Amino acid sequence: MKIKSIVAIALALMSFASVQPASAALKVVTTTADLGALAKEVGGDKVQVDSFAKGYQDPHFVEPKPSFILLANKADLLIVVGRELEIGWLPPLITSSRNSKIQTGAAGYLDASSNVKILEIPTGQITRAMGDVHPAGNPHYWLDPGNGRKIAAAIRDKFSELSPADKAYFAQRYSDFDKRLADAEKKWDATMAPYKGTKIVTYHRSWPNFVERFGLDVIGYVEPKPGIPPSPSHTLELIDEMKRQNVKVILVEPYFDLKTPQSIANQVGGKVLVLAPSVGGTKEATDYITLFDYDVNTLATALKATTGK
Amino acid sequence: MRAFRFAGTTIVFVALTASSAPAYAQDAAAAQALRTEIDQLRKDFDTRLADLESRLAALTGTPPPGVVAEPVTPVQTPASPTPAASPAQVPGGAEGAALPVYGNAAASSKVFNPDTAVIGNFLGATGENKVNPQPALQLSESEVSLQAIVDPYARADFFLSFGEEGVAVEEGFITFPTLPGDLLMKVGKMRAAFGKVNTLHSHVLPWTDRPLVTDNLVGGDDGIDDAGISVSRLIPNPWFFLEGTGQVYRGDSDDVFHSTKRGNLSYVGHLRGYQDVSESTNLDLGVSYARGHNPSGLLSGGDAEARGRFITQLFGVDATVRWRPLRRAIYHSFLGRGEFIVSRRDQADGLQNSSGWYLSGDYQLGRRWFTGLRFDRSDLLTDADLHDSGRSLILTYWPSEFSQVRGQVRRTNYAEGPTANEFLFQFQFAIGAHGAHPF
Repeated sequence: MKIKSIVAIALALMSFASVQPASAALKVVTTTADLGALAKEVGGDKVQVDSFAKGYQDPHFVEPKPSFILLANKADLLIVVGRELEIGWLPPLITSSRNSKIQTGAAGYLDASSNVKILEIPTGQITRAMGDVHPAGNPHYWLDPGNGRKIAAAIRDKFSELSPADKAYFAQRYSDFDKRLADAEKKWDATMAPYKGTKIVTYHRSWPNFVERFGLDVIGYVEPKPGIPPSPSHTLELIDEMKRQNVKVILVEPYFDLKTPQSIANQVGGKVLVLAPSVGGTKEATDYITLFDYDVNTLATALKATTGK
Repeated sequence: MRAFRFAGTTIVFVALTASSAPAYAQDAAAAQALRTEIDQLRKDFDTRLADLESRLAALTGTPPPGVVAEPVTPVQTPASPTPAASPAQVPGGAEGAALPVYGNAAASSKVFNPDTAVIGNFLGATGENKVNPQPALQLSESEVSLQAIVDPYARADFFLSFGEEGVAVEEGFITFPTLPGDLLMKVGKMRAAFGKVNTLHSHVLPWTDRPLVTDNLVGGDDGIDDAGISVSRLIPNPWFFLEGTGQVYRGDSDDVFHSTKRGNLSYVGHLRGYQDVSESTNLDLGVSYARGHNPSGLLSGGDAEARGRFITQLFGVDATVRWRPLRRAIYHSFLGRGEFIVSRRDQADGLQNSSGWYLSGDYQLGRRWFTGLRFDRSDLLTDADLHDSGRSLILTYWPSEFSQVRGQVRRTNYAEGPTANEFLFQFQFAIGAHGAHPF
């Protein structure tokens, strides 16, 4: 009898099953705001995009809130950064989503890192003595416009696969984005051209793709090792090194404490720059192109002041 | 690249075989010897290649194909390159060569190994406790976790707990996340969805111990942890996250539930509501119910008639408030939590209505420092007239997210013994795969 009542309760719960009319827009959920911005570029009004992490939040440490489960539950497509960036929070969300479409490996699961240029893939023995290393390479790869283009292409292909009727629409949106991005790249390259080879320091290893793209040279990090907070001895070494090499600019992500970077900057007579590592990281960075507009212009202004070029 | 090398080998093989054809009239035994030699070479090559690739995979943590070239090959076709190298490719004519090389260092099997991690939980205690003493020093638990995706329909999680008294499967279950109707089903041995603390493994608690109400009414460290089936469902509504969970267990959970026959199952139900108040603050509320047969009849002599007559019902309410400002999420956070539990335990001397609660607050002071307070009170399970109470002050230091050191000053007023003032400390350390953080 008890078994029967349990079955009855289970059936009652199931009868709540929401049979919602399929809406025309493809429901897309992305782990970060950058992927969300690229999905909007390609998808236009044929997609509805939500993102889990905010641009001013450390994407390594996002909480898998139940409100995210609701978003994942309804999604037709989940786009992830991959390379273990979301390893600490995404797996339980995918499991709890109860959504077969977006399970790892399903048609509605897109790993945006599949065909982009990945830097810092560790070779040789790796251990956690090196800090929080990502064995599959640096996951902050979206900070190279070339990779942004490749991600957008992957998104276009996936959208077209899931919504074949709108294939031409996505293709047109992509080529429009591609063109605007190419134009913007010329502008960014021109802005950054005088500063090729300029040495800088960053807080975390969030910028390898960005600095490679614009020809900057990172000589050190405020973190002694990835994910390890600054230590006094490392900070002193960094100050000495910055003085020796005459490095004046420290890039910091909006989610790190500014105390240590500021004191380093004071010691070396330099400047702390809070750049946006993601769309939404600052209010000016509203989409993928304005993200680079903001970062490139802010950086160029600071480099101009410190290098005099 | 591997396919490339394989093709290369094949070309060499074909070329050699072809060149040996005109020599048909010559000594056939020589050709055979050559073939055998080639097969041997191929086998050696395959073994060596597999060995090198497995070493590469071990170093990079990724399947061998895809890590070599910079524009990495799409992950969309997982594992498809690997079967190409299976021993079945070896020409059937070659004697013995068709046998797979068991136990070799084939990378293709290792990539499917589950994510493995070990978490050590080392506890120390000073001060005096006559009621519930714990050793001065102990490796209280070494938890081995093995987790992987089973197939396109399920994933599996195992948590093996090596304690001082032996090994137990703390949890081992399969999860089906792709069922229709927004259902999530788990089958196996699980910590039951009764309240919050019961669902949490010891190493994720913000304390070195468990609250008195857990120890007294809900089975202590082990808690309600049993073999069963769990079905949970999101209950759609326009306002907030609502999840209902129903679980059926065999009915054996430490001293909370005890089953003497197949029909003595235990049942657990949980309803969880969650709402974001702002992007940094959220509320998590739950009500729980559990029912099962208790061991009371057995304790009073175990007479056959008494068996299974005595029932325990547990009622629980839990509330959690979290605050974590997103821009400084790695530096500051607060978690306030309370649970209130009532145990209605039928036993030989009548019904015992025991209740208990705890209230705790944990504040993150900085990137590595956390402090917390906990207040506890609980009646005893078998005698509701007696109760214990306690309070604790906790300080935790995190060298990294993989290790922590914790100290806890605890004062407990026991109903059945002198007040205990203790200093408890804990070293916790995790190696292996990066597990997901609990929420």
